[in-house]
Amino acid sequence: MIEAGLGVALDPAEREREADFPRSLVVRFGIDRPLRLDAGIDLAPFQIAYQTYGTLNAARSNAVLICHALTGDQHVANLHPVTHKPGWWETMVGPGRAIDTERYFVICPNVLGACMGTTGPASSNPVTGMPWGLDFPMITIRDMVRAQAMLLDHLGIASLFTIAGGSMGGMQVLQWCASYPQRVFSALPIATSTRHSAQNIAFHEVGRQAVMADPEWRHGRYFADGTNPRRGLAVARMGNHITYLSDAALHRKFGRRFQDRENPTFSFDADFQVESYLRHQGSSFVERFDANSYLYLTRAMDYFDLAADCDGVLAKAFKDTPTRFCVISFTSDWLFPTSESRATVHALNAGGARVSFAEIVTDKGHDAFLLDEPELFAIVRGFLEGAARTRGLDR
Amino acid sequence: MLSRIRHDLTMAEAARGPGGARVDLLLVAEMVAPGAKVLDVGCGDGELLRLLAESRGVDGRGIELSREGVNECVAKGLAVIQGDADTDLSDYPNDAFDYVILSQTLQATRHPRIVIEHMLRIGRHGIVSFPNFGHWGIRLQLLLGGHMPRTDNLPYAWWDSPNIHFCTIKDFRQLCHVVGAKMEKAVALNAWGRALRFNAPWWFWNLLGEQAVFLLSRRN
Repeated sequence: MIEAGLGVALDPAEREREADFPRSLVVRFGIDRPLRLDAGIDLAPFQIAYQTYGTLNAARSNAVLICHALTGDQHVANLHPVTHKPGWWETMVGPGRAIDTERYFVICPNVLGACMGTTGPASSNPVTGMPWGLDFPMITIRDMVRAQAMLLDHLGIASLFTIAGGSMGGMQVLQWCASYPQRVFSALPIATSTRHSAQNIAFHEVGRQAVMADPEWRHGRYFADGTNPRRGLAVARMGNHITYLSDAALHRKFGRRFQDRENPTFSFDADFQVESYLRHQGSSFVERFDANSYLYLTRAMDYFDLAADCDGVLAKAFKDTPTRFCVISFTSDWLFPTSESRATVHALNAGGARVSFAEIVTDKGHDAFLLDEPELFAIVRGFLEGAARTRGLDR
Repeated sequence: MLSRIRHDLTMAEAARGPGGARVDLLLVAEMVAPGAKVLDVGCGDGELLRLLAESRGVDGRGIELSREGVNECVAKGLAVIQGDADTDLSDYPNDAFDYVILSQTLQATRHPRIVIEHMLRIGRHGIVSFPNFGHWGIRLQLLLGGHMPRTDNLPYAWWDSPNIHFCTIKDFRQLCHVVGAKMEKAVALNAWGRALRFNAPWWFWNLLGEQAVFLLSRRN
């Protein structure tokens, strides 16, 4: 079993408070405005936590929606209130960046089912006063998008200039285009796919089993027992994290080098640098993420299948869409490989959509969309500039 | 077009009109009706698409093999996807475009006939430009020099060339007959990309034209 290295740097109570009282903007929907879920349940009341950057113009035409990925949140371009780390996409979003907050009004909501302020399994169930836990209904990507549409209605934004996101965020982008095509002027689905493959589901299942195998998980009622399945969640994170990298990058960064020692210790200590790195990834993750949220969000990704709603014909999802697309993939991303993006492009072409598609050469794997990739920024910037000209957004 | 991505400046590339655009591309653009929906197959760095958007107000899309070319196009805001003319044209539905353009790319395709057939399925018109292997300069290099020709327009050594399917103007006309394409318009260009604009029989053009541009449509 994993030993030391699960240092408690942050106050767990602080993280738990974020679930109900997030340090960001919040909109609370009362019982009169339920969220209709795909599972057939109405969720009410519920709340959405979000961040905004920049200013909405008079015509309300410069709004950009950023959809975060599995372990992201609404703090896309500001210091995270719990970890105090920089925003997860500060390389892409900010003043003068490819998604320029001086030009566009950027909104990033926390997704439904997450744990940083939008209603999810870590939020308090108004009936019991305790966190929902596994009583929380199963949610889908489409439910996330439906909730986001309610947020935009609340903000008075009828049409989005663009929606951008990677991985699970990219799934939300594609679902938006399928659900509300008239509300989306342009779309940037990055490092994503229109459905989770069997291999992807398999990896998520391993992660979920790790959480559920932790004796401190207590069938999701760990909050009541005062425990926390940190070890299980850390292992899940370690496994998932490997899928976000590439063999080449891991070898380049760590190789077979030892961590702070000359020789192997012939024990199960973190002898190798890569081991130490993964343990750190696992331990820092559990400080800020709720284990039940992890279960619900990975499940939502597994259930995602855009073609399933159109008799298995993906092209139907985008038929006659007015939206302009820029699909982006990365060469070393083996979790959401280029072949998935090509299938999306194929369906968009068949539906007559205006599509750009670029594959970026990098060895940084799936995570590349979060990192410093100049070609990615040039492509996003160019795409948005072309779209802005057509939309009539002034400089 | 592959040879555009490699940065050899051929004479055609150097020949520019008053606006700074390549003369052969201007000729292609002239054949496109304003406001049409256009697919540029092998669009390189997007110069033709940009020209068409600016001068003819077209709704242009592109498909290009080289990653650098695609990324350059997308960074310019053009709707270009990465793909191979030989294999990916089958993805496009029938009658999706008014014009499908194949400029200086035919000679680099593996299956020229299939490419032309897809072009005329996808688009109501096809515009094809290609180097004419029947040009007198090329004939002379083979006849007298006894070696594969190298011209300013075809600068590659035979072992290092993306061009695998050369043809003459006469050969291209024959291909049009074979696939059932109607030749609406044809222009031959001299080595400087200027149109040979006088009435002359085909054999004349086959001898004097360094490049040719054809506007095709379906026969039925």
